[in-house]
Amino acid sequence: MNTHIPIASVKQAIVVEAPIERAFKVFTEDFGSFKPREHNLLSVPIAETVFETRVGGHIYDRGVDGSECRWARVLAFEPPHRVLLSWDISPRWQVETDPDKTSEWEVRFIAETERRTRVELEHRHLDRHGQGWESERDGVAGDHGWPLYLQRYAELLRQA
Amino acid sequence: MTNTNAQLAALGDPTRRQIFELIGERPRSVAEITREVTVSQSAVSQHLKVLRETRLVRAEPKGASNIYHIDPAGLGQMRAWLDRFWSKTLAAYKVAVEQPPEEQQ
Repeated sequence: MNTHIPIASVKQAIVVEAPIERAFKVFTEDFGSFKPREHNLLSVPIAETVFETRVGGHIYDRGVDGSECRWARVLAFEPPHRVLLSWDISPRWQVETDPDKTSEWEVRFIAETERRTRVELEHRHLDRHGQGWESERDGVAGDHGWPLYLQRYAELLRQA
Repeated sequence: MTNTNAQLAALGDPTRRQIFELIGERPRSVAEITREVTVSQSAVSQHLKVLRETRLVRAEPKGASNIYHIDPAGLGQMRAWLDRFWSKTLAAYKVAVEQPPEEQQ
């Protein structure tokens, strides 16, 4: 059976004018410099975002008050070709501690020429965020989480 | 606004997810879905009701029965958010990676 339904994944690609090694290095080591600033689960502004470049590491945001939010786990780290990470953010816009309820995102780097790299991103298994959700549903306030965040995001886009 | 939480909750049930995936492959009628799963047609109808109420699928009348399709405005909302998030991230990444190294701090 086809279990990989298109609606439960997001695929994107971009071509950058940089050698594959640099494309990989900037994506991982400098991730915090280009990640959208409004992507923040902390209650305070982010001082820095750290991408720990090894399997078992995390991506975490550190707030200006020292608080931390670990929202992705590094599942594969294969320079300069591929990284695989989890997405540990629940539809309630909180850190998800149950790995079975997290989706994953993979980034692949493909050298087109010596100075040009194609970067493919796939965020998949979005449906996993729903497993076992019924028992928690009563505790979910209707106007928080994704709907609220979607609204905030839409407002930001309008301002842009 | 569609409640994404309810949509994800609806997909928490394995049979319902299987039905959703079957409809994702191609539009199908209740009878066609029932042939593919181990539960009764009335159970399938109940699952379809939940999927319809959470706007994951929609029904289109065809003759005496309904044909079920994926509702593009349903789970699509969470997907759409991530789509925008990643396109914004990749666009900013392209700017960062194409900067000459000597111009970086």
